[in-house]
Amino acid sequence: MSPREIFTLRDYLGPELKGRTISDARQVVSLTDILGKSCLVGRFRELSGRSVLLAVTDQLISAIAMTEIDGVARRMLLCPPDLNADHVKTLIEDAEIDAVVTDQPPRWADAGVYLVMAARAPVPAGIKAKTERATEWLMLTSGTSGVPKIVGHTLEGLTGAIVADGPARGAPPVWATFYDIRRYGGLQIFLRAIIGGGSMVLSEPGEPIADYVARLNARGVTHISGTPSHWRKLLMSGAASGFSPSYVRLSGEIADQAVLDGLSRAFPAASIGHAYASTEAGVGFAVNDGLEGFPASQLGTNRDGVEMKVEDGSLRIRSTRTAHAYVGRDAAALTDSDGFVDTGDMLELRGDRYHFVGRRGGIINIGGLKVHPEEIEAVINRHAEVRMSRARSRRSPITGSIVVADVILADGCDPSRSDEIREKILTDCRAQLASHKVPAMIKFVTSLDITAAGKLARHDA
Amino acid sequence: MSIRLKIISEMQRIAAEQQVTLPPLNDDLSLHETGFDSLGFAILVARLEDDLGIDPFTISEDAAFPLTVGDFVRAYENVPA
Repeated sequence: MSPREIFTLRDYLGPELKGRTISDARQVVSLTDILGKSCLVGRFRELSGRSVLLAVTDQLISAIAMTEIDGVARRMLLCPPDLNADHVKTLIEDAEIDAVVTDQPPRWADAGVYLVMAARAPVPAGIKAKTERATEWLMLTSGTSGVPKIVGHTLEGLTGAIVADGPARGAPPVWATFYDIRRYGGLQIFLRAIIGGGSMVLSEPGEPIADYVARLNARGVTHISGTPSHWRKLLMSGAASGFSPSYVRLSGEIADQAVLDGLSRAFPAASIGHAYASTEAGVGFAVNDGLEGFPASQLGTNRDGVEMKVEDGSLRIRSTRTAHAYVGRDAAALTDSDGFVDTGDMLELRGDRYHFVGRRGGIINIGGLKVHPEEIEAVINRHAEVRMSRARSRRSPITGSIVVADVILADGCDPSRSDEIREKILTDCRAQLASHKVPAMIKFVTSLDITAAGKLARHDA
Repeated sequence: MSIRLKIISEMQRIAAEQQVTLPPLNDDLSLHETGFDSLGFAILVARLEDDLGIDPFTISEDAAFPLTVGDFVRAYENVPA
């Protein structure tokens, strides 16, 4: 394929690869003959040149619709399932949306959009879509407050890391992800499955984790990705035993040593990698040596042409995989004048490795001193008795704020030992953290909230 | 355990954690002389709130911060149930 040739998802969905499927908890759809089917009853030509909002509840139908719309529409905005209805009007205006593809057409009747098209389970269609153009892929940032930003990508940029990694050795992989595929982390996995000639097992909102793992086993999943919070939840559930993937990937949050070690104990046969990626910066790099952080030698330009540097403490990335712009009337610049994306992820050099210490915006203020909650959690999570923790600030009438930590104990840990474990954690925190970062209180809890994007909920951040 | 005893035992616990040597805690002792810094008091108030369900210093905007150990204990004792 010449570099100037437009490539689309349908180029990877030929009938020559047998036995490929995409599935959720309710159905299994063959990818081998998917090009002869349509979720849009063959009406995709009406989307030619349009700016399409893809707002389908179901991930599976969304996935197939993506393959039909890519190469036909001018742009396609992927709508995650938890999109706040109050933000829809702004997003439609900013992305100049003139068509909505949805499983709930009546809901969009009054949205003021030229075309509302129903998406349904795939049925055989007489006509096949033809590639007309390179469709712009729009995604939403997963910030917790305010209107999400619209981030513009090309399929070429989105798949840069996948093409660079080359095909998986051996049989085509069966991919799964805890993420929703309308988010960057999940979309990467869906694209890996499509481009790598493999199959895909989708997550199902609200599905009990044991049922999900049973499904992963039944479909023979070999490669799987999620956030550290997703993985901690799986490790906590006790459902991991009996599941034996060959590749386990973490992204989206800081992978600390505790979760990496927990996964290598749970999946001794798997290679375990943590990847750095964000909706804006694209896929930066993957670390496969089993250690938290990354070697300082990765700064500079790597073999895939990704340039990384640290400026004012945060990671900056320039590559062909980054988004090209924020989209909208008042959209800010996505890169600096040199083309670097400021990821807002703060780094600290310890020895010859950089460690992620937290988000710039996630800093909590303790008596005027700045604290990254992730740094405290990393120390707490190192204890074998701890499965997961969240450090947060608690307002105090006297110092402004103090650090408190909510801790989930590991399975089989005797709750009557909580005083002893609290003391152990505090002793280690005092030894390893500056005094204002040592939690003033440790509370043992049975659960911590995870956001729809799979990240630990930080209400005070 | 009375509120007074709870407060005193929590102060002793925090003093041990913060490696502060507490003088004998009588009602006339000024809070400044306890050796607690503002963080120590912040921890004390937060823990007492979890334990007793009240924070007398945020309930009322104009609550004066107590000056002595006796004032501090009374602030908790005088919160209407």
